[in-house]
Amino acid sequence: MSATARDDLIRGVWRENPVLVTTLGLCPTLAVTNTVANCVAMGLATFFVLVASCYLVALVAKWIPGEIRITAFVLIIATFVTVADMAIEALAPDVHKALGAFIALIVVNCIILGRQEAFASKNPVLNSVADAAGAGIGFMVTMLMMGTVREVIGNGTLLGHRVLPASYEPWVVMMLPPGGFLTLGTILLLIKWKKVRKPAVADAPAPAAAASGAVSGGSAA
Amino acid sequence: MSGLVWIFVSAMFVSNFTLAMFLGLCAFLGVSGKIATALRMGAADTFVLVLTSLAVWFLNKFVLAEAPYLRVIAFIVVIAGLVQIVEMIIKKASPTLFRELGIYLPLITTNCAVLGLAMIQTNKGYTLGEGVAFALGGGAGLTLALVLMASIREEVELADVPEFARGVGLVFIIAGSLSLAFMGFAGLFSAA
Repeated sequence: MSATARDDLIRGVWRENPVLVTTLGLCPTLAVTNTVANCVAMGLATFFVLVASCYLVALVAKWIPGEIRITAFVLIIATFVTVADMAIEALAPDVHKALGAFIALIVVNCIILGRQEAFASKNPVLNSVADAAGAGIGFMVTMLMMGTVREVIGNGTLLGHRVLPASYEPWVVMMLPPGGFLTLGTILLLIKWKKVRKPAVADAPAPAAAASGAVSGGSAA
Repeated sequence: MSGLVWIFVSAMFVSNFTLAMFLGLCAFLGVSGKIATALRMGAADTFVLVLTSLAVWFLNKFVLAEAPYLRVIAFIVVIAGLVQIVEMIIKKASPTLFRELGIYLPLITTNCAVLGLAMIQTNKGYTLGEGVAFALGGGAGLTLALVLMASIREEVELADVPEFARGVGLVFIIAGSLSLAFMGFAGLFSAA
């Protein structure tokens, strides 16, 4: 793998994380992250659709006229979503039921159309696949972060196994819709808080002040 | 008749598209800055939802019965076409509104509320009337959520918020509180 393709891969995972930095693809991030198992299924399905459709778009982009490219991209995505939908229904009917309409809704996940429009339609195949894989992994990482927080706090379990003592009274609300908003909001606030603090820490003249800033920043994360 | 009313009320409050089902969040975050814009976006959304509901009923009845695996593809093409038409109408009828909605107007195509409505309506097997009631309720609920959010955000603009909390993180916390409030409506149904 060439150096640039590796850059394309890594960029999407954290620095340009599709959910946390560009706030795309929010609907599934909030809707299906109430348990870790759902997150894994949704993350894998989205990853597959993202990589497969970006691969195809990068291959055929130069033959698609500009005026109809969005329609063509959406059709390509819809095809792969149908494949993913049928595969999940056949392999894991329970998961299919739990995710409900949200598998079909991968079609309208802005991350996918965004990567195609901004990257895959203008770049070579290898880079496009790397970029799509990076964004897909970034999406999955965020989903898992959300899912872990929500399942542990909301139900005291992780992947169905009890991790908190039985005496723990679960915050059921974290499994319910408001929990999604609150968890993502808190994560975004923490990230912003660290970002705002960073320049202040760097400017601090005394090393002692910088150290204390770093410590309090670290404890919050 | 009471069935239709319940579908409407349920779509508007209990399973509110935005706050309980997380559909259409991009627009929810994007155009909830001003009350006036939020109202118009809600109206445009509702219009597209009703048209989609009609089109989906027609597709399900006459076309997709033979080929259910084409569902997702057929829906998205029809939705894209409908949004294009709505866009042309708005551009002609009200250029100001067209500018205000900006990129969020074509993005109604990728607004999951619209495709979500199509899928849910199909899964539940709604009739034509039920589908339209569902679309109207969903649209009304979406507009309600947008306007509530915009009203709060207009106030937050003037408030003394710490620097790190300005922006999208705070909006999510507010949305969480709204969503908590809407959970109260769930009691409507166990009582009925």
